[in-house]
Amino acid sequence: MEHIIFYCLAAILLFAATMVVTVRNPVRAALFLILAFFTSAGVWLLLEAEFLALTLVLVYVGAVMVLFLFVVMMLDIDLAPLQEGFTKYLPLGMFVAALITIEMIAVLGANHFGLDIVPSPSPHPADYSNTKEIGLLLYTVYVYPFEIASVILTVAIVAAITLTLRQKNSKSQDISQQVKVRREDRVRIVKMQSSPRKTKEQGEQL
Amino acid sequence: MIALSDCLILGALLFSLSVAGIFINRKNIIILLMCIELMLLAVNLNFIAFSHFSGDIAGQVFVFFILTVAAAEAAIGLAILVVLFRNLSTINVSELDRLKG
Repeated sequence: MEHIIFYCLAAILLFAATMVVTVRNPVRAALFLILAFFTSAGVWLLLEAEFLALTLVLVYVGAVMVLFLFVVMMLDIDLAPLQEGFTKYLPLGMFVAALITIEMIAVLGANHFGLDIVPSPSPHPADYSNTKEIGLLLYTVYVYPFEIASVILTVAIVAAITLTLRQKNSKSQDISQQVKVRREDRVRIVKMQSSPRKTKEQGEQL
Repeated sequence: MIALSDCLILGALLFSLSVAGIFINRKNIIILLMCIELMLLAVNLNFIAFSHFSGDIAGQVFVFFILTVAAAEAAIGLAILVVLFRNLSTINVSELDRLKG
């Protein structure tokens, strides 16, 4: 039963990947990529990586692919010149892909990594928590890489905002102007003749 | 039961499909970015398969880091793409020859 589900998911995954690389419209390619991510989340669930499968759906389908769709729809692209060379490079691409596949199957095939050589592990009990196991490892052994990953994400945020920010229309600080400013530019002292204060009654009489 | 070789071959097929995608879509930088995402997905599949069959959770931690880096890469790549389109009004790879490469 399990391997039937696996083969179905694998077929959908390969179909979606083929459509991503061959379809003409980038919006459709992004949608097929979403299908590919969803299906491979299913494969990861079969391989008992529940936390990562849900992370894949949340982070990739929810954030990265929405960003992709946003950018693809926002840019007004003329698709015709982007399609040229499609059939020209198709044989070369197919050849390289077939070569990689044959080599990898020769190395990773059933005679090296089959069920009789690498037996399937016994399934975990029902109270086993994949998230807890990953968290235990992530916050002890891999705590410094985890911190580095957070720094990388911060750098990505800063870089993405800095790259796409338009300086002309935005309210931005010019630090050198702020440092160069002198007291005379900001404060004006006005000399005035002082006069005795008028009381309310005197004002009415006048 | 799923064999380890099944997962590895699925990953290999996915990887070679995205390599072929980079070859045949070499003008369209958006599809190139998507092909890179597919490649990373294939690599992650291998990591998770080995982690499952060897009973070592460290492989899944590595997938976590790869997902983080790939998300950062996609964000910066798309930001560069937007700036590029704003300046040149095209995303055709063959017209990006400012560096005379």
